[in-house]
Amino acid sequence: MKRTVVIVWLCIALLPLLPVPEFWFTQANYIGLYALVVLGLVVLTGIAGLISFGQAAFVGIGAYATAYLGTHYGLSPWLTLLAGLAITGISAFVIGAITLRMSGHYLPLATIAWSIALYYLFGSIEGLGKYDGISGLPPISVLGFGLEQGRSMYGLIWLCVGASAWALLNLLDSRPGRAIRALKNGTQMAEAMGVDTARVKIVIFVIAALLASVSGWLFAHLQRAVNPTPFGLDPSLEYVIMLVAGGMAHIWGALLGSGLVKLLQDQLQVIMPALFGATGSFEGLVFGLVLILLLRFAPEGLWPWLSRLWPRAPRPSPDDAQGPALPRREPSAAGTMLLQVRGVRRQFGGLVAVDDVSFNVRAGEIVGLIGPNGAGKSTTFNLVTGLLRVNAGEVLLRGQRIDGRPSRRIACLGVARTFQHVKLIPTMSVLENVALGTHQRTRVGILAATLRLDRRREAAMMREAAQALRRVGLGEHMHAEAGSLALGQQRLLEIARALCCDPALLLLDEPAAGLRAFEKQALARLLAELRAQGMGILIVEHDMEFVMQLTDHIVVMVFGQKIAEGAPRDIQANPAVLDAYLGGLE
Amino acid sequence: MNSFQISAILVQDGITTGAIYALLGMALVLLFAVTRVVFFAQGEFVVYGALSLAWLQAGRVPGSLWLMVGLAVLAGLADAAQALRDGNYSQLWRIVLLHFAAPAALATFAVWAAPRQLPLAAQCALSLCIVTAIGPLLYRLVYQPMANASVLVLLIVSVGVHFVLASFSLLFFGVEGFRTPSFWKGGISLGWMRLNGQSLIVVTVTALLIALLALVFSRTLYGKALRAAASNRVGARLMAIPVSFSGRLSFTIAAFIGALCGILIGPIVTIYYDSGLLIGLKGFVAAIFGGLSSYPLTLLGALGIGVVEAFSSFKASAYKEAIVFLLVVPVLLWLSLRGGAHEEEH
Repeated sequence: MKRTVVIVWLCIALLPLLPVPEFWFTQANYIGLYALVVLGLVVLTGIAGLISFGQAAFVGIGAYATAYLGTHYGLSPWLTLLAGLAITGISAFVIGAITLRMSGHYLPLATIAWSIALYYLFGSIEGLGKYDGISGLPPISVLGFGLEQGRSMYGLIWLCVGASAWALLNLLDSRPGRAIRALKNGTQMAEAMGVDTARVKIVIFVIAALLASVSGWLFAHLQRAVNPTPFGLDPSLEYVIMLVAGGMAHIWGALLGSGLVKLLQDQLQVIMPALFGATGSFEGLVFGLVLILLLRFAPEGLWPWLSRLWPRAPRPSPDDAQGPALPRREPSAAGTMLLQVRGVRRQFGGLVAVDDVSFNVRAGEIVGLIGPNGAGKSTTFNLVTGLLRVNAGEVLLRGQRIDGRPSRRIACLGVARTFQHVKLIPTMSVLENVALGTHQRTRVGILAATLRLDRRREAAMMREAAQALRRVGLGEHMHAEAGSLALGQQRLLEIARALCCDPALLLLDEPAAGLRAFEKQALARLLAELRAQGMGILIVEHDMEFVMQLTDHIVVMVFGQKIAEGAPRDIQANPAVLDAYLGGLE
Repeated sequence: MNSFQISAILVQDGITTGAIYALLGMALVLLFAVTRVVFFAQGEFVVYGALSLAWLQAGRVPGSLWLMVGLAVLAGLADAAQALRDGNYSQLWRIVLLHFAAPAALATFAVWAAPRQLPLAAQCALSLCIVTAIGPLLYRLVYQPMANASVLVLLIVSVGVHFVLASFSLLFFGVEGFRTPSFWKGGISLGWMRLNGQSLIVVTVTALLIALLALVFSRTLYGKALRAAASNRVGARLMAIPVSFSGRLSFTIAAFIGALCGILIGPIVTIYYDSGLLIGLKGFVAAIFGGLSSYPLTLLGALGIGVVEAFSSFKASAYKEAIVFLLVVPVLLWLSLRGGAHEEEH
């Protein structure tokens, strides 16, 4: 794989030295410009599941910024690049900040509206030359050498494409990258791992916009002129077609998709009008059909087909050699009060799911929360971890109020959890999924990640994740795709991920469901070990044998209310509990 | 004319176009609620409705007819293959009747009727029939096989549908714009103010249609089934309301509304083959006002857009579209601060 990549890039780099006709440089230049925009969309749409239909507008900002500032004030293209990036970044930030907190379909609608509005502004403002645009741009000069020809622009354009692809690949394989990849299946899990998902969404939206802006800057200096047409809504939609054609979730798919669509477009512009015997742009017909058929029959795009041609090199396992470890939380002394739930209440409309429930969890103690289905156990979990707000009552962690705080803040205070319905990223490896748990224990910024300055911290995170995996007995599945594990193993993965949070308090929602008998025994041993180390554990479980043997204290809930509390032995003999479980004489 | 009179006229214009956006916005809200499809091609139904009528007016057979027939045959083949696979032979009669006989009959009638210059009402009905039929057929061919896809994928599919329909539109109707004749050339004078006849028709028809939809959704079994499907798809399925049924029904309603909008707006605005996207998107802006869920707020938003558009095309016509679409920004800000629309978990 590595060698193929090197050979491909060498070919791209050596192209200008070969006697290739100018026409192919023009093609390659446009493909590169499209690829830059589509690279941003891969991260935004393919990987994070957010879609923008307004990328052409950001291309337009980059192009118009350099055109206007370059021709009116004679600024150097390098200065206007920065200006374009600043304007693009600010507008993307504003759009992102107001739409990304809401559900996913608002971003496409907002970006469409933005795209149309900007197109008409470009076409109407006197200073921007109205629909004629601006011409007479200076060429970009590098070290006093003017890039006036397509052949010389080729180098700069593909340098940008290569650098961007490299940076994005680095980004995706890092701490912030895992947070980005966690966004696609909803935000609850990522938030529970301490990820500020709203911020991550805005950041990648801005990154995608900045890449588009660079493409616009290059485009303006390649054409030496700008006009509104390439920045309207239709071009924005064409970028989406390139994205889908190449392979939404693959960096290299962006290059493939841009190339295919550009070459196909040129052919269609000749063939289609001849076919229909009419003038006009009919390529939309083919593109539309291709888009519909691809999404139905090959939603992964074409890149996965291509990449199957050569084998993947196996990933090396993180070594256990000594290196800097992640910082650990000060363990609590056994018996210290960790969690206090006091009279919490939560209702959904008329249904009171949790009604005036109180209990405590101390360090070095396993508390079981049991009750029939619908008793409000998972809701209680969600109230403690901040996924839901309490309507009344309070939740305290080490004496500090935590109810009303967002779940990522609670996670950072040392509360980790698993979910009743497993939430993991099926396409990511088991190891990377677990490494998501270490998110809040270290800091790696976007810039450090893209420039590969994070490798020591990355290695520490991977080591931690590998250790947690071995602890739950998944050591040999480290490099498998998480989605390929059996359900019981996926639950163990969630436990490993929670352990990576280095929690003081661990909340497990039905951890033993789907486990085989010997796996249950191993899990019980692990939990006992964690208890001995001073962790407080709150566990919801239906397997009574498991609960009775393991827990120190049991809280029983029925229809949202706590009906009993006490040592396992007492609970087993409690008439109210027997009533609730076995059906009393009502 | 004094400025007050001008304002009155602009408000009248605004409410007329706003009524159209309201209908489109409601169709989009319905589609999204029932099928989770953000349907970008809604405006194409408007164009097909208006231009099919223009073609019939000119005594020609509109190309949309052949698109409808083609889609019907494809959908019929898909349904027949499904029925044969399931061994459900009794379905075949229904399929032949619905997908082959009925479109053939409509096509024969249209070819016969086109050069004969039937009365305007008959031409409207014919054009409505053709375009309305395209809706459920699109659903059957494109969306039904993907009923379980994510909102994101369905959204991109809609972009594809838009491209296809817009290209066919170019093929069928060419690049020239058309206006269809007014239904009522006169008007009513109220003192100094004159109410335009066509505007009155648009507003009346819109009001009637909204009332009718409200009635259908609150009183009829089909309407209740759709509401059930919108509020909980799994639950509706457990109550034996098939997803394909609610999808086809909502696309039928959406296509009908689109075509009707085209016929209503045809005499007021010149319609080009590619006018659909912008018109449909204004319906979306209206739907955003309603948070993609509230019908009354959508109506209110649509009227607001219509009025803003009328005033800005009078005061700053070059910036008209920019102003209308930038309106989305404060609306989204308001929605975001209100915090009503939260992330769904997949």
